[in-house]
Amino acid sequence: MKNHENCHYLLESLSDFVDGELRQELCTEIERHLANCDNCRIVVDTLRKTVSLYHTASAELTPVPDDVRERLYKRLELDDFLK
Amino acid sequence: MNDGKNQNELSLEALQAGDRGEFARLVEAYSAQIYRLALKMLNNPQDAEDILQETFIKAFRHIKGFNGRSAISTWLYRIATNEALMHLRRKRPDQVSIDEPVETPEGEMEPVQIVDWCCLPEEELMSSEGRELLDKAAEALPESLKIVFLLRDIEGLSTQEVGDVLNLSETAVKTRLSRARMRLREELSGYYTERMEKQSNEKS
Repeated sequence: MKNHENCHYLLESLSDFVDGELRQELCTEIERHLANCDNCRIVVDTLRKTVSLYHTASAELTPVPDDVRERLYKRLELDDFLK
Repeated sequence: MNDGKNQNELSLEALQAGDRGEFARLVEAYSAQIYRLALKMLNNPQDAEDILQETFIKAFRHIKGFNGRSAISTWLYRIATNEALMHLRRKRPDQVSIDEPVETPEGEMEPVQIVDWCCLPEEELMSSEGRELLDKAAEALPESLKIVFLLRDIEGLSTQEVGDVLNLSETAVKTRLSRARMRLREELSGYYTERMEKQSNEKS
C-alpha cells in the first residue's frame, strides 16, 4: 500500500464509500482503483465487514435488566406503570 | 433510525402536558437504547444506571422546552451523551473532550493489516468470542471517536442526527467515524489474521 500514492488519498473516503455516501465521481475513481489494487480492495472488504459485524451485533437490543428497570421507574415515580 | 413507530405513537402534546402515562411509554420505548449507549460509553453497569436515570429525570423536567425540531430520540441521546461525558470528565478531567480536533499522527490512517478475513464463517465472527472482540475493540477507542461510532453504527443515527447530538458538523462526524472504523478494522484484522495463521498451522 505504501507504494501507491493514490491509496493515501483514497483512505479518508473509504468509510463514506462503504456507506454509499460518496459523490459519484469519487466513487467511480475508487472503484477503478480497487480493480487494480488488491491491498485497497482487501481494506475496503474488511472495513465493510467490520461495519457489518457491528450492525449485526447491535440489531439485537437487550432489554434493560428487570432490577435496573424497576429502580428507574421508582426514581421517576412511575412505579404504578411497572408491568 | 428504527424508532419511527415508537415516536409516531407518542404524543408530544401529552408529554408536554405532563401526562405520566405517556411519559412511562417514552421510558419504555427508549430506555434500552439509552442504557446500552451509557453502558458502552462508561463500561460500568452502576454508572450506566445513573446515566439512564438522570437522562429521563432531565427529559421529564425539560420536555416543555423541547421544540420538536429533532426526533425525540435524538433529544434523549443528546441528554444521555452529555450526562455520560460529564461523568467521564469528572472521573478523568484531563482526558475526555469531544471538542478538540482529532489529531492524526503520521501514518495513523495507514492500514497495517492487509489480510482478507472476510471468508471466515459468520458463526465464527459472531460467536461469543467474536462479539467479545467487537466490544473490546470499540471500548478501546478514544472518547471523541467512540461516541460518534456508538451513535452512528450501534444506535443507527444518521450523520446529521449524530451532528445534532454532539454539536458537530457533518464533515467532523464523517471524519471521526472514518477514523473509528479504520481503527476497529485494524484491531479485528490483527486478531483474525493471527487466528487464520494458527488454523492453517494446525492443519499442516
